[in-house]
Amino acid sequence: MGGIVIIGNGIAGTTVARHVRKQSDRPVTMISSESRHFYSRPALMYVYMGHMKLDHLKPYEDWFWRKNDIELVFDYVRRIDPEEKRLFLANSPPIAYDKLVIATGSKSNYFGWPGQHLAGVQGLYNLQDLELMERNTRDIRSGVIVGGGLIGVEMAEMLRTRHIDVTFLVREDRYWGNILRSEEGAFIGRHLKQHHVDLRLETELKEILGDASGRVRAVVTHRGEEIPCQFVGLTAGVSPNLDLVRDSTIDTGRGVRVNTFLETSAPDIYACGDCAEICEREGERGRVEPLWYTGKMQAETLAKTLCGHRTAYDRGVWFNSAKFFDIEYQTYGMVSPEPQDHEDTLYWESPSGGQCFRLVYHKDSGVVTGMNSFGIRYRHRTFERWMKRGATVEEVLTNLDEANFDPEFFKRFEQSIVDAYNKTAARPVRLRRKKLLGLF
Amino acid sequence: MRRYDTSLQLIPESNPHMWDGVQKAGMIAFSIGLLGLVVSTLGGGPVYAGIGLGLTILGALVYIVQTRKDGPPGIKNHYIMFSSALSRGYLGWMAAIFMTGFYIILYFHPQHLKSLVVLVNPLQVWLSGSSAWNDKGEMSQWFLYGFLYTVTILVMGVRALIKYRHSRYQILRTLSVMFFQLAFAFTIPNVLAKLNDGLYFEWANIWPLRYYELFPYSVEDLLRNGALGKFMLFWSIASILVITPILTYFFGKRWYCSWVCGCGGLAETLGDGFRQNSDKSLRAWRVERWLIHSVLVLIVLTTGLMWLNHIYGGSVLGSLSGKFSIAYGFFIHSIFAGVIGTGFYPIMGSRVWCRFGCPMAAVLGLLQRYFSRFRITTNGGQCISCGNCSTYCEMGIDVRWYAQRGENIVRASCVGCGMCSAVCPRGVLNLENGPVRNRTGIPV
Repeated sequence: MGGIVIIGNGIAGTTVARHVRKQSDRPVTMISSESRHFYSRPALMYVYMGHMKLDHLKPYEDWFWRKNDIELVFDYVRRIDPEEKRLFLANSPPIAYDKLVIATGSKSNYFGWPGQHLAGVQGLYNLQDLELMERNTRDIRSGVIVGGGLIGVEMAEMLRTRHIDVTFLVREDRYWGNILRSEEGAFIGRHLKQHHVDLRLETELKEILGDASGRVRAVVTHRGEEIPCQFVGLTAGVSPNLDLVRDSTIDTGRGVRVNTFLETSAPDIYACGDCAEICEREGERGRVEPLWYTGKMQAETLAKTLCGHRTAYDRGVWFNSAKFFDIEYQTYGMVSPEPQDHEDTLYWESPSGGQCFRLVYHKDSGVVTGMNSFGIRYRHRTFERWMKRGATVEEVLTNLDEANFDPEFFKRFEQSIVDAYNKTAARPVRLRRKKLLGLF
Repeated sequence: MRRYDTSLQLIPESNPHMWDGVQKAGMIAFSIGLLGLVVSTLGGGPVYAGIGLGLTILGALVYIVQTRKDGPPGIKNHYIMFSSALSRGYLGWMAAIFMTGFYIILYFHPQHLKSLVVLVNPLQVWLSGSSAWNDKGEMSQWFLYGFLYTVTILVMGVRALIKYRHSRYQILRTLSVMFFQLAFAFTIPNVLAKLNDGLYFEWANIWPLRYYELFPYSVEDLLRNGALGKFMLFWSIASILVITPILTYFFGKRWYCSWVCGCGGLAETLGDGFRQNSDKSLRAWRVERWLIHSVLVLIVLTTGLMWLNHIYGGSVLGSLSGKFSIAYGFFIHSIFAGVIGTGFYPIMGSRVWCRFGCPMAAVLGLLQRYFSRFRITTNGGQCISCGNCSTYCEMGIDVRWYAQRGENIVRASCVGCGMCSAVCPRGVLNLENGPVRNRTGIPV
């Protein structure tokens, strides 16, 4: 019997391996051609900035895998043979599997821009991209980043640490316009300017121009403006990496199509993480969740199924977090990018401009459905509890102090947030103070 | 074209090619000052010592202020891993050899520091009422050491204050170690000595860190000094038996290690740039537990032997207990705490002594592990396993190991510096005091 074989050693693949090992003694093999050991993908930027070395990015020491009897194969999978239950590798003999997990992650989007294959033009997703970026940005003066998402702002921060001028082209009328509302988008936009990022809103890339040697020398926007640069970062999102399964019998759509049990159309083959497209009902367009957190939660669920407890994936109350230069961001529940008719919202910004906060709640019932926080840390479990229970805006605001997760002695903004709510509220809310030292 | 040549990285975010005039002036002053100090140890006299000391302090301050005010507040650990000095490059090794050499001279060949002692002697006479030379003409270097130690914490404290200015926890903590060093470790003991006939007592330096504080001869010395001496003895005993357990119960060992203690003060200021060099491996943790608890056993044993010997008038053990105490003083206090503890900052991180050796840290650690409300809380499932917390933990705790499992961190060695929480890009970690029950946060 071939045991469980996992293709990909990112957060999804690794989490499957670890959780299977916690629950059973079955053989587990993990294959990757990107890196020998699991590392934290979101932390790649810190290597470029000199905060950490690649070794620091490995969450487990190298002995961990052998100790836990998880076999690592550093090779590239060329083909899956679902009938014979075998994998064909580039450099080693075929591997047989009993159950197969596809966790191949994502690929950067390239939308066919003219000049996107010039030297000095790249996305940022994996280890090889990071090495390329190190080479591409050596001794350059200015770079252009295309696409206003999380990877774009990370790339901007990376380039700024090397004192490289950054022009940031964003198609929407605000930064991260398909996630953030206009106030938050403008708030982050101002912070980017503070860090000397030249943010160009409602600006699209038309063409990338090269020099005689095939290196990028400028970009042209849809308005015809030419911006000279020696580097172009293409960060217009990622899509499931289907290179391996596209030509197989396994059903694919935008991603590897799976049901809520993360089972693909082929027997004993599963998929999870960035590459999976989760379809609630057969034939429907599913959802792709290209997030670290969802990859981890899907993998934990899948491990249970693989160990004999067939379990459906339930991601629970939505959450996400990020950091934009110096400003941390947390979101709990759902805040849609545009206001909805059935909801009311509270938006507050600190006078200094370093923090902002939003609650979204149902117009009639007052039940809180979403929260955004920038520059203030809030407790995940507390908000999760509130949202699961259907807590109202008054209840949340009354107890907001309890949810604060900022370090001791930090300036507190809860009273100011409650004051902002009380200005327009029919019934004023009184903030309940936390006990002094947790005692009195 | 502005270039960023990482091979020439002296200090993070500060490539010499990019220094402005003020930074260059600061560095030049610092370098000349260092040269002056070296010349003074080679017999150059107090003039060189004075110029050396003045220029190093001035140059360092000018450089620090000019460098660190650049850019908006926030965690800026840029280029640390490319820095030769901070990342165990040849400059780091040179710094380690230089600092180790200083400690060897300080402990074993103090005569080379004579010019410096002469320089600060007027201050010593004014502050403590006694000269560095006793009636027999023997020189003591310890006032000079206290002076240099305090100045270093103050100057590098300014650096920490600017670097971590976005965090009120870090600002208050830094001000606290600067205050305790200046007031409790340096000024007050000297002034009290002046007012009380040379009775020297460090209020914030607790047994077993100050290992001889509860030895029979120290206790007798205090008992000879009237009401104040008796109060000092009472304070010594209360510090370890009453104050330490109570404060550690409520706040964890951080109340001492990263807010009050002088060794901690130096680590958090001078050593801050080296914190990432601590070993995070499981193996290092094993060594740490054996070593630190062995030192604790050793000092308790030594103190006990001293008292046994004292009670039986030296008839039972002969000179054995005295030898024990001298050996402890030499190997643990001078070599481990001083030469290795501080000299190896650039190689093993800023808390070598605190982590592997300090018996006071061992006591505080046991209390923190088993009888304390302190823990580092993990915020739900938000960890992205990036490793910033583990990398910048000066005590070598693999913070990420816990954070990525959603488990709170309850570890004996955590000194509560708060840096894991500060560098976390997802706001996952927070130092908290809370109910003792289920401190790890794992559902039971």
